[in-house]
Amino acid sequence: MKRDKITGTGIPIQGNDIDTDRIIPARFMKCVTFEGLGEYAFYDERFDEKKKTKKHPMNDDKFKGGSILIVNKNFGCGSSREHAPQSLQKYGIKALVGESFAEIFAGNCTVMGIPTVTAPHDAIENLMMVVEEQPDTEIVVDLNQKKVVYSDFCIDIDVPDSFRHSLVKGTWDSTSELLKNKKEVEKTATRLSNIY
Amino acid sequence: MRECLKYFPQTFLNPVKLLFIMGENLFNKVWNLHAVRKLDSGQTQLFIGLHLIHEVTSPQAFQMLRERNLKVLYPKRTFATVDHIVPTEDQQRPFQDKLAEEMMKALEKNCKEFGVQLFGLDTEYQGIVHVIGPELGLTQPGMTIACGDSHTSTHGAFGAIAFGIGTSQVRDVLATQTMALDKLKVRKIDVDGTLHKGVYSKDIILKIIAQLGVNGGLGHAYEYGGKAIQALNMEERMSICNMSIEGGARCGYINPDQTTFDYIKGRKYAPKDFGKAVDFWKSIASDSDAEYDGEVSLDGSEIEPMVTWGINPGQAIGISEKMPKLSELPSHEKGTAQRAYEHMSFKEGQPIKGTKINVAFVGSCTNSRITDLREAARFVKGKSVAKGVKAIVVPGSKQVAIQAQKEGLDKIFSDAGFEWRGAGCSMCLAMNPDKLQGREICASSSNRNFIGRQGSATGRTLLMSPAMVAAAAVNGEVVDIR
Repeated sequence: MKRDKITGTGIPIQGNDIDTDRIIPARFMKCVTFEGLGEYAFYDERFDEKKKTKKHPMNDDKFKGGSILIVNKNFGCGSSREHAPQSLQKYGIKALVGESFAEIFAGNCTVMGIPTVTAPHDAIENLMMVVEEQPDTEIVVDLNQKKVVYSDFCIDIDVPDSFRHSLVKGTWDSTSELLKNKKEVEKTATRLSNIY
Repeated sequence: MRECLKYFPQTFLNPVKLLFIMGENLFNKVWNLHAVRKLDSGQTQLFIGLHLIHEVTSPQAFQMLRERNLKVLYPKRTFATVDHIVPTEDQQRPFQDKLAEEMMKALEKNCKEFGVQLFGLDTEYQGIVHVIGPELGLTQPGMTIACGDSHTSTHGAFGAIAFGIGTSQVRDVLATQTMALDKLKVRKIDVDGTLHKGVYSKDIILKIIAQLGVNGGLGHAYEYGGKAIQALNMEERMSICNMSIEGGARCGYINPDQTTFDYIKGRKYAPKDFGKAVDFWKSIASDSDAEYDGEVSLDGSEIEPMVTWGINPGQAIGISEKMPKLSELPSHEKGTAQRAYEHMSFKEGQPIKGTKINVAFVGSCTNSRITDLREAARFVKGKSVAKGVKAIVVPGSKQVAIQAQKEGLDKIFSDAGFEWRGAGCSMCLAMNPDKLQGREICASSSNRNFIGRQGSATGRTLLMSPAMVAAAAVNGEVVDIR
């Protein structure tokens, strides 16, 4: 399935270096499926120890139904847990726009069909501001054009070529791609088994 | 370069490099050796020599295989253990925590059904996945290694290229023994000079991260070298490579040398033809004229014991230093620093030395090996844990525990008032019953001081070397062990 153009409203989450423990605390990884993780996205940021709601964009009614997460620098750093993007996807997130993403996190998102695209600091600040002021602003993440379009603005985005290719062509499900050439894999396995 | 040619199929040789006979670094040699083909996306399909799995990130991957009617392609290249959720006090089955028991059962069932070797609690080899891989001799130079855990970078200490991966990629490796990856750049980090007494490899890596930043390694592998690195034993090298990911580098490695070969020799899965293996291992080390995408150097003799004051591992300072003033930080670091001060309840310009602690934790895939426990024990012997401090030692594996008990280290710790526990990840990420309570401050030999990391949303973590943790435990506060 192609994921070349995602349209939706935004949720701005401010701050650099938001790690995967914040996106999903480890205690919620006690599970053997990814089902139901959506309600635990940013859990400790959204609820206090008595389960009372804290101030957080994901608790704010004005961003309700948002599917595009707007973030700053080094988002998703830390653990390789796919539970983090899984919880965001199950919450309803379909794309992320930010200043930069941690590598494993971005790779995990891509193989799940979620684009992670980047833009310079000023562009992200502007996008966040517009979404704060007009939460119902429609945002279009367009991987074909490499642009994010919203309100009267259009910003150029960056996305690794390989990620863009697989999302635009709909080949982001890596297993099917990797299974295509079993013979070559077997040849490599044989070659390596002579070495180690 | 010359010697390793015999191992390389002609198709992977770069004619330009050959023409000029330029040297290659280890990363590129290992990458080329394992490249299966170029994918349409431009990524490389890379063969994974060794796959390690554990109970947290694998059950969903096995389920995906079932849904797609796929098998594990090379089950003998995957090894499993249980570490994240195991209780470290009462390890009797069934576990009291029903969810933990369910995860344990799922792993047992999956390994049985798909033919994967599991080192479970009923074996003497169970432990943290990044401790047992090297300990069993599974981890070897020149390999590609993958595991659904970001600290897989640990295995780079042997001159392997080791990637932390997500669950969908665990599925890829199980089904195809390969992954789709973009090639990384390689940055060389030289640490010269001699470390002072009381300064450990943990301090080197905390210093590197503080200097290069928590995302400084984005898109890179780090090659650690120089006199101070070469002088380290294998376990110390593992602590450094382990935390590469905290600096944003997906992998980190150290060129294999005699120290590496001596460590592997005689281990359970060490190569039978050891001489041939050593020839190969020597051949994949970076050539002296190898090229890099960047080089950084540090003077090891200038590093002092490091302690984190904030909410990411880059927010670390030397024990004699003061916490930074917000006004002195570059603008992109201010926001995180402000959040850190709010969470930690520390003040700008405050010294880290003398910070009172509530909990001391010696353990984790960074620092739970036998040499870590020996160093920690030196600062505990004949002393007592300070009043009001809860101190625990969690050996990285059953083998580490057995060795420590042989040496009487367990007794040194328990006589001093430490709790001596069973092997597991424990309070590094608190997926088992070992957790901070409320606002507690923990001196921890682990790798992450993220908000909520140690099991309490308001808990606070100070990362440091195991020796510094031990000294903090007996003093009730952060001290300078020099």
